[in-house]
Amino acid sequence: MKKVQFKSSYSQYFFLAPQLLILLIFLYWPIIQTFRDAFTIQDAFGFGSYFAGFDNFKFIFSDPSYYTAFKFTIIYSFVITLITGSIGLLLAVQANSVLHGKNVYKTLLIWPYAIAPAVVGVMANYFFSERFGLLYHLFNNLWGFNWYQDVFDAYIYVVIAGSWKQISANFIFFLAGLQAIQKTVIEASIIDCKSNIRRFWTITFPLLMPTTFFLIIINITYSFFDTFGIIDTTTIGAPGSETKTLVYKAYIDGFKGLDLGSAGAQSIMMMLIVLVITIFQFRYIEGKIHYN
Amino acid sequence: MSFLELQNITKVYPNGTKAVNETSLNVEKGEFVVFVGPSGCGKSTLLRMIAGLEDITSGEIILDANTINNVDPSERDVAMVFQNYALYPHMTVYNNMAYGLKNRGISKQEIEDKVNEVAKLLEIDPYLSRKPSMLSGGQRQRVAMGRAIVRNPKIFLFDEPLSNLDAKLRNQMRLEIKKLQRHMGVTSIFVTHDQTEAMTLGDRIVVINDGIVEQVGTPKDIYSKPNTKFVAEFIGSPQMNIFNCKIDNGIAKIDNNSINLNKSINVDDASIGIRPDDIQISNSGSISCKANLVEYLGSDMIIYSNMGDQEFSCKLSSKIDVKSGDEFKFDIQPSLVHIFDNSSGKRID
Repeated sequence: MKKVQFKSSYSQYFFLAPQLLILLIFLYWPIIQTFRDAFTIQDAFGFGSYFAGFDNFKFIFSDPSYYTAFKFTIIYSFVITLITGSIGLLLAVQANSVLHGKNVYKTLLIWPYAIAPAVVGVMANYFFSERFGLLYHLFNNLWGFNWYQDVFDAYIYVVIAGSWKQISANFIFFLAGLQAIQKTVIEASIIDCKSNIRRFWTITFPLLMPTTFFLIIINITYSFFDTFGIIDTTTIGAPGSETKTLVYKAYIDGFKGLDLGSAGAQSIMMMLIVLVITIFQFRYIEGKIHYN
Repeated sequence: MSFLELQNITKVYPNGTKAVNETSLNVEKGEFVVFVGPSGCGKSTLLRMIAGLEDITSGEIILDANTINNVDPSERDVAMVFQNYALYPHMTVYNNMAYGLKNRGISKQEIEDKVNEVAKLLEIDPYLSRKPSMLSGGQRQRVAMGRAIVRNPKIFLFDEPLSNLDAKLRNQMRLEIKKLQRHMGVTSIFVTHDQTEAMTLGDRIVVINDGIVEQVGTPKDIYSKPNTKFVAEFIGSPQMNIFNCKIDNGIAKIDNNSINLNKSINVDDASIGIRPDDIQISNSGSISCKANLVEYLGSDMIIYSNMGDQEFSCKLSSKIDVKSGDEFKFDIQPSLVHIFDNSSGKRID
């Protein structure tokens, strides 16, 4: 490797400047702004603000709707991670063992990944509309499904809308993971173990653990942040505020309710939650994973 | 009835490639048989069909008096050692060896005894709690062998198990495999593209080319009496010299030289083959050639030369003084010459 050494100690800053500028304006400045908002209370009519210490945090912790959003976000990310992970894995295993038309299956299963969450939400709308939604009427006939009023039914709606596209992401990564497993290792296990299912859980699945771990983080991050567009185009939090994610609630409180202080405090709380989850995963799960 | 019988085995892949063509072979109990041939000749496919990893297009495989064509690989009672070891990377050495036994519902105590016994035999007992990634190539190879041995199979299948090892380790493992096989007396089939491995390991060698068995025989048979031109060229190092020529009443004409084959045969398009170490240099020799290049190998040396446009080599003791550019004289003994018909590739006696 050839190393190029520049004499000038300023030129590198010149080349870095555009990137740094973008980071400063779109990342660091908003972060600082968020912290400022979180510790100040704004005048309702926009005439100045004053330092409030932890008042904003105290307020959100005393707000029952914050707990509702918290509860929903946790349930939502857990269910989405589980559903997208398991269906993605199932599809990947099936597509990997298909002999004819493998590429057709692959392509079709990957397509939904390219669709923006908001568009997915609009599409889900068609299925769950009270007037002409196919799934709405199917479920309604089965158990009186009505997401406008029933919390559980609303969960089903947003979970289906939120999972559909993410299954594709899980599918791609699991398929890549499956193809990275040495063929002879699988063949050795075919001679060692008769049961397909047992072989899958003792050989294939443990060897997919790095992919699974990666996808758990990706899926949690997705359900925390990227489902904003889906909530906003499906239930908009209904019934009541039962299907508001933390991100969605922060947005509504900040930009619709114009309570920037509360929104800032909520953002910081969310950052802490993601931090804790990620640390937990790296500490306690990653150590048990075998990387090839 | 033989212990393992392959009857008219054919393998055609879905894309139409014929990997194995009407192959029949009998293997006796306790025998060490080596399949040898160039890459892509179908030797691995044949082995994998015995293991059950590959469907059989037509024909029958009979192991220990049972047709096993449709028996699940795990129930054929075979064990396979793969080229890249194919150890389960997430399991310890102990679990790698115990996995097959666990799945057969053998008791924990029995598994432990067996694994420990085999680990001792292969001298891998200090590594039982390690993962494969913490082992060297040679150790991994032993674990792969151990995994096969603990199953106590009817037959061992080796799919080029030594080709990932360096030259020194390969020779050492080759010897060990041979000893181990003798010691346990398990019927074994070993696939390789390396003719030295084949010669040293096999009780019998099966030379395969293009999905067809060219010759089956002991290493000595195959070396001294190759059935076809392909076998003649494939077995032996350095390669046998082959001269294309016309045989007229037992006299082969190569360039300006006539070689009397002591046979009353006439073949228009023939090949005569002579091994490099069967060419004897002597001052009274009837053929004279120029040494184009001399390779010194210590005790031996190889002289590269040509008769007309046909190149050949001789291997002789390096005590003889021939240098590049020298003329040398030699004789070809009729009894050491192999004659092949070029149109069929078959041997003519």
